[in-house]
Amino acid sequence: MVGFDDNGLTYNIYICGVGGQGIIKTSMVIGEASISDEINVSMSEIHGMSQRGGVVSTELKIGDVHSSIIPNGDADILLAFEPVEAVRALNKVNKNTYIIFNTSPIIPSTIFVNNQRYPNLDDIILELENSSDFVFPIAAEKIALDAGHILSLNMVMLGAACAVDSFPISKDAIVESMKNNLPEKSIDINFNAFNQGFESIV
Amino acid sequence: MDINDIIMGKPGEKLFMLGNEAAVRAVIESGISVAATYPGTPSSEIGDILSKVAKDAGIYFEFSVNEKVAMEVAAAASLSGVRSFAFMKHVGLNVASDSFISIPYVTVNGGMVILSADDPSMFSSQNEQDNRHYARLANVPLLEPSNPQEIKDYMKLAFELSEKYNIPIIVRTTTRVSHMRGVVELDECSKKDTANKKGRFEKNPSQYVPVPVNSMRMHKELVEKMADINEFTNNSELNKFYYKNDEVFNFSFNNELGIISSGSSFNYAYDVINDLNLDVPILKLGFTYPFPDDIVLNFIKDLDKVLIAEEVDPIMESEVLRIVGRNNLNVEVKGKLDESLPMTYEYNQDILQNAISTILNLNLPDKKVRTADMELPNRPPTLCPGCPHRSTYYAVKKAIKNLNIDEKDVIFPSDIGCYTLGIESPYKTVDLVLAMGASVGSSCGFSKATNQKIMSFLGDSTFFHSGIPPLINAVHNNHKFVLTVLDNRITAMTGGQPNPGLPLDGMGNEAPQISIEEIAHACGVDFVETVNPEVLKKTVSVYEKAIKHDGVAVVVSRHPCTLIQKRSSKRAKIQIDSKKCVKCNECIGEFACPAIYKNKGEVLIDQSLCVKCAVCVQLCENKAIASRM
Repeated sequence: MVGFDDNGLTYNIYICGVGGQGIIKTSMVIGEASISDEINVSMSEIHGMSQRGGVVSTELKIGDVHSSIIPNGDADILLAFEPVEAVRALNKVNKNTYIIFNTSPIIPSTIFVNNQRYPNLDDIILELENSSDFVFPIAAEKIALDAGHILSLNMVMLGAACAVDSFPISKDAIVESMKNNLPEKSIDINFNAFNQGFESIV
Repeated sequence: MDINDIIMGKPGEKLFMLGNEAAVRAVIESGISVAATYPGTPSSEIGDILSKVAKDAGIYFEFSVNEKVAMEVAAAASLSGVRSFAFMKHVGLNVASDSFISIPYVTVNGGMVILSADDPSMFSSQNEQDNRHYARLANVPLLEPSNPQEIKDYMKLAFELSEKYNIPIIVRTTTRVSHMRGVVELDECSKKDTANKKGRFEKNPSQYVPVPVNSMRMHKELVEKMADINEFTNNSELNKFYYKNDEVFNFSFNNELGIISSGSSFNYAYDVINDLNLDVPILKLGFTYPFPDDIVLNFIKDLDKVLIAEEVDPIMESEVLRIVGRNNLNVEVKGKLDESLPMTYEYNQDILQNAISTILNLNLPDKKVRTADMELPNRPPTLCPGCPHRSTYYAVKKAIKNLNIDEKDVIFPSDIGCYTLGIESPYKTVDLVLAMGASVGSSCGFSKATNQKIMSFLGDSTFFHSGIPPLINAVHNNHKFVLTVLDNRITAMTGGQPNPGLPLDGMGNEAPQISIEEIAHACGVDFVETVNPEVLKKTVSVYEKAIKHDGVAVVVSRHPCTLIQKRSSKRAKIQIDSKKCVKCNECIGEFACPAIYKNKGEVLIDQSLCVKCAVCVQLCENKAIASRM
């Protein structure tokens, strides 16, 4: 199947960010779209205490798989909703992984008490480019606001992921899955966000 | 997926279901009448969903006061002839264990399934105990599903087996199975008239009352029954063989290496063998206790080596070693005991691949994986902006300071809940955690064993769960400490479930609410005060009195969880006047609300995080922080 990696079997998407950014919802949209495209999918979600400012990550393995955790270095796409979280997930990345990340930082509230500092964006990009040849920073927050609401940020990110050539699920299936998973009243904003996210990579 | 699809989904439909959602579908398809739990991750979503769909599905569901009660509710339902379901996180079964272990003695009637959700790698738990031991401890059959589809299929089979053998069945999941989403194909739901039906308890004291004369007989019967069930496990379809990526119907293999695996570990093993296209057969065990000796013996007898992949303890590995010893086999058993695999934490594909590659001398090329060179700020979970626990902790520490007590001389026994996050700087109000309710019991011990001040904390739900007997103990035995019940009007940590302190039950019906203060009084506590932690001065002064009290003092610190009860957005904005701010750092360093931050030396409020609780306004001695319209 087009887009599947060397062994032709699986396509791995690692999604990460901070609680409240809509990461689980995004993963649900991809997973259900995968089912309607008749491709097997397995997903792991870790969101312990995510509402309390913690890290959220999901792993989607699409294809002939049983497990739901992506082996080190085997992600085809790393979709990071927050810059530092992209760097934190580098163990999942290889030279050919598409790293798509939102450039707006969410500074951990404990940074002052723990006497840490938030790295600057250029250093983050450099760090990511040392790991992969396909790094795509996108101003997802701005795009989401332009689309009509900050909460459509996750659909900006999804749109960008969809624009990757190797992405294994049809755009039609994704759009249909968005309709099934997102509130009707915000669907136009979300489609708008999705399309602008898609354009930001193409 | 819509939550209603869990009830309304048609047979043959394929849904992208969470393991915990599949468990709910399983009980609906099985036509159960009664379900009970105490919330605990990674099983919490089962209760969250049941609380929404139980009525429509014809199921009685309750959030019981604790896991032991949940177990007893389900056992009584089963003895009355209807199907029942008790589910809990792994440590919940410790709480329930006293009753649980008697259930196979007294037997069950309607199918009774207990789902134990273990938490290898402790994503949200105090330990990573392996509850497969409980099957052995209690003489109860155990099934280990590997994915959401299997959770549904195994649970349905478990209800049938439970009825066939009159014994409760444990379905053991782990975080990666409960929190895995996968494709689940739905089956027919049980006909409506089987669900929602009332049973009838037929008296039979010689069967249901394990006084010694009866329990002597019961234990023997149980052991015999398990021998019968062992016949079944040796022929169970849940135990499958995989070879060259396909399910096969061979029973023995003449290979260098074979793998025996269960649960999540099977998934990793399968994917490794598949990805590397290895000539390694896998025996996947779904029905793991009583251990299917015959199947295992056939599988391993012609192998050179067998790798046992299981999380967390080497339980199957010990069983395999027993079979090897008894049958004088010449098979090398690899696993945790010979350090081929780690003894702690959950597995993944990389861990299994390393072990397999070492055993087979595969010399795989090193994966070029790099981690970041730069140092990353960590992102620990923190008390939310506007969290009432933060204000309580701040007030407690203020009171200690005002009384000139050295904080080092104060012990803070704590408990299980969001407030355990008080372990972090700058609060440091968590010195000991053992288990639910242990804040109170350990305070009793500290009170007699030391001369230190003791200020312990537990949440409203935890108080009802297991805080009351130790409080009675404290009063009766003349202990001395200040117990704070952090009453945020919800079971917050697990996602916001009701508890007996609320006027609402697990199915959304109105319910009598139980007063914490009245319970404390009834336990004989003579100092019971209630504070709103967002009124700082009053709270501090109550704590000063409580600390001076000679005996047990209970302070109920009551304010709704900020995630549950959103505040009015019309409240005035909180801002910091930089001219008045003397950079004393009290708000940022001592109160440490995530909404207050420092930029280029200036203290600022992040308006997107601030919920306008205005506690910082009260604590700023220079009046630099104020509400402004």
